[in-house]
Amino acid sequence: MAKYKLKVNGKMMEAEVDPTTPVLWVLRDHLNLVGTKYGCGVGSCGACTIHLNGKAMKSCQLPIAAVAAQEITTIEGLSESGEHPVQKAWLSLDVAQCGYCQTGQIMAASALLKSKPHPTDEEIETAMNGNICRCGTYVRIKQAIQSAAKNAHQ
Amino acid sequence: MENISTNNSRRSFLKITSLTGGGMMIGFSWLANLIPNEALAEITAPKEWVELTGFIKITADNDITIFCPNPEFGTNVMTSLPMMVAEELEADWKKIKVEMGDYDTPRFKSQFTGGSRAMNMAWVPLRTAGATARMLLLQAAANEWNVSVSELTASNSYVSHKASNKTVSYGALAAAAAKLPKPEKVSLKKISDFTLLGTPQKNVVGKNIVSGNPLFTLDYKQEGMLIAMVIHPPAFGMKLKSFDGTAAKKMAGIQDVFEIQVYKDGYTRAGFDTRAFNNLVAVVGKTTWEVINARKKVLVEWEPMATYTESVAGRGGKKIETIPGGLESTDEHLAQMNEMQKKPGKILRKDGDPEAAFAKAKKILERTYSAPFLSHNPMEPISCVAHITDEKAFFVAPIQIPEMMKQNIIANLDIPAEKIEMKLARMGGGFGRRAYGHYIVEAGLISKKVKAPIKLIYTREDDMTNGIYRPTYMVSFKAAIDENNQVTALHIKGGGIPENSIHENRFPAGAIENYVAEGWNIPSNITIGAFRAPRSNFIASAEQSFLDELAETIGMDPIDFRIELLQKAKTKPVGKNNEYDAARYIGVLELVKQKSNWSQSNNKNRGVAAYFCHSSYAAHVVEVSIKDGQPQVENVVTALDCGFVVNPEGAKNMVEGAVVDGIGNALYGGMRFEKGVPMQKNLNQYRIIRHKETPKKIDVHFVQNTIDPTGLGEPPFPPVFAALANALYKATGKRLYNQPYLKELTKS
Repeated sequence: MAKYKLKVNGKMMEAEVDPTTPVLWVLRDHLNLVGTKYGCGVGSCGACTIHLNGKAMKSCQLPIAAVAAQEITTIEGLSESGEHPVQKAWLSLDVAQCGYCQTGQIMAASALLKSKPHPTDEEIETAMNGNICRCGTYVRIKQAIQSAAKNAHQ
Repeated sequence: MENISTNNSRRSFLKITSLTGGGMMIGFSWLANLIPNEALAEITAPKEWVELTGFIKITADNDITIFCPNPEFGTNVMTSLPMMVAEELEADWKKIKVEMGDYDTPRFKSQFTGGSRAMNMAWVPLRTAGATARMLLLQAAANEWNVSVSELTASNSYVSHKASNKTVSYGALAAAAAKLPKPEKVSLKKISDFTLLGTPQKNVVGKNIVSGNPLFTLDYKQEGMLIAMVIHPPAFGMKLKSFDGTAAKKMAGIQDVFEIQVYKDGYTRAGFDTRAFNNLVAVVGKTTWEVINARKKVLVEWEPMATYTESVAGRGGKKIETIPGGLESTDEHLAQMNEMQKKPGKILRKDGDPEAAFAKAKKILERTYSAPFLSHNPMEPISCVAHITDEKAFFVAPIQIPEMMKQNIIANLDIPAEKIEMKLARMGGGFGRRAYGHYIVEAGLISKKVKAPIKLIYTREDDMTNGIYRPTYMVSFKAAIDENNQVTALHIKGGGIPENSIHENRFPAGAIENYVAEGWNIPSNITIGAFRAPRSNFIASAEQSFLDELAETIGMDPIDFRIELLQKAKTKPVGKNNEYDAARYIGVLELVKQKSNWSQSNNKNRGVAAYFCHSSYAAHVVEVSIKDGQPQVENVVTALDCGFVVNPEGAKNMVEGAVVDGIGNALYGGMRFEKGVPMQKNLNQYRIIRHKETPKKIDVHFVQNTIDPTGLGEPPFPPVFAALANALYKATGKRLYNQPYLKELTKS
């Protein structure tokens, strides 16, 4: 067990956990940020996607000991109240079915748009390929990303 | 207007309840317990509410909440079912709040999400609930103003009296309305008068989903809650012999390690009580990561499970089921199924004289199809919260049919029915998996033992290897063709492990003069259950692939061939008990033909398939390409007939998802077993369709009619497989008979 100070969603937070604990479980069990989801634990589904220094990262594969001073953003910190252009696009395209994977999809999509404000279809597919949606809402996800890209730069 | 009896004139059916600080029954009250979260702060309890008809509550401030009775696992019942109530209530949809009802089936009558039945089962009862409340509110206004109801109008959550220019909110009328006797008959609106139903409406939970608010069982927390996991045998056909939890118990945060017996000896299983393993080792601790690590330190010995019998209560009454011992393997399964295909099966239906027709045939086409076990893999792994105390048994459960769990909970947790309290959490997918609630009993047993609230979490590996799987299947189709290229007989023979694969009364039964269907099944200790359109999802793939090859053999266009057969079934049906409506079946084929410009295209790289199941009709045209030997679905055009479309936005989304899911399962899906061991354990080993493999466009069309709505969760799924296989044949010249298709396609 060790004490860790983390910068999460712009606030300093503390957790006393085993150094091997994945950030996913620190967020969910210790910091009460449950928008980051558990899906596979092996980095294959993307449900646990967060931003680490602004880049998409699978939090189930990130031990807390490796975070240090890097900034973590979770879905709860992406916007004040669901007003991020990607979240708005998700709503206007009515993307979700069960909804479980969508926070991970949104985090992956918002990281993509940060690094590539106008991604091509192929770039979207490549960037999003690590995020599984069992309900199969991929067509709407892609449309939502295109729409967010358009709206953010009008 | 359609007059509907409300079947209840008791005054006691209505109740008024004041809320004084407790917060009982308030929307999201259990979620509000969770976590301090700014996003939840806006959800506040109204001071006082009045409940009407069990489905509606109204505050004096005119805040209207509609309960969704059916559990939500992504088919959007939380939007479409309340829409039915709101339409008849004449409520302002934009201001309606929707709340998931708790488990209370006597109150809600039906709390069933499965079999694509939610829409159809709710269609009359929920509109009746809305209309009844509207009548009561109108009567309350009439009494207040001393005018007759016929002079009043209800609209957008207000009642108005045009003659006197008076208007009053539902909220102001609710308390008086609740005291009135319930009308014995109410009038339902005509479809042509609908203003909400039939219009596209967005998911009412959308904002909570994209904000990451706690909605799912895995998100639930309460004071003192512990995390629990269960260790199950590594192979089907094995059981627990002994375990030693000493080392695990010494680890940080670990509270206890113990054995649970899920169902008592002699328990009579009901239909949805299937579970793979009855004796499990539970590991309980403070946090998830601690439990994940501790379970690895539990020393467990397993031993072969002998053949055993279980009492099962089914539709035909109680029967004894034998579960064979032994360690089963996929290769052996295939050999066993091939063997069964050579022996006579059980005749399920016979029309005419198929033997004579086959003897006279000019040409015979016979093909055999197979498919593997499939794992549901809902995105949220299996989980359940339980807190068993002397006062009550509290659960937060992701369960499709809560009422089906009642007897199981009573029997195996020794809890009387009146003590069961169950919150129905939003489910992170289901696809049939969450119809089988053994995990509710497991969570209850663990909570009882540790005397604390617990959250049972299956890891993804637990979820995939302790499964309730789609069975493995095989079927052969054999057609007799005469000298005029007419199909004179059809012989379908097939089965599965452990369930038969045949739907003997489905098309093309009814369209062919001489027809025989026979089936068989092989018992197994691998547990199976419903998977998105059970059986249909396989038999459609075989039947619709075969019809494609049959059309080619006799030189007909595949759509025209199907329509020709269906015309025969429509005008002169063969035999009895044909399950489908040939005219509606033709309708979706004609619509997909038109929307895909089938007649104007050379249909290179395109395949078609159609199917009827769960009361709805679906037809797809799939277009593929091959790049570097890998198949890619480019476009899909689809036509559906599910009667009146309640929410076109949600309906389209469902169909798109079913198409994507179908492509994924057809190309990649499959569980393999070796000596009882599931060979796929996580999502890095079980391939699921991803963004790159998704079609660029899915063009969804609905047949426009006013037939009572039927479901969409399942019907669009089964015909995807064959439409894809038929398209891949056009693109590659290779007919595909065995799933997953990618394996067969890339086999040299």
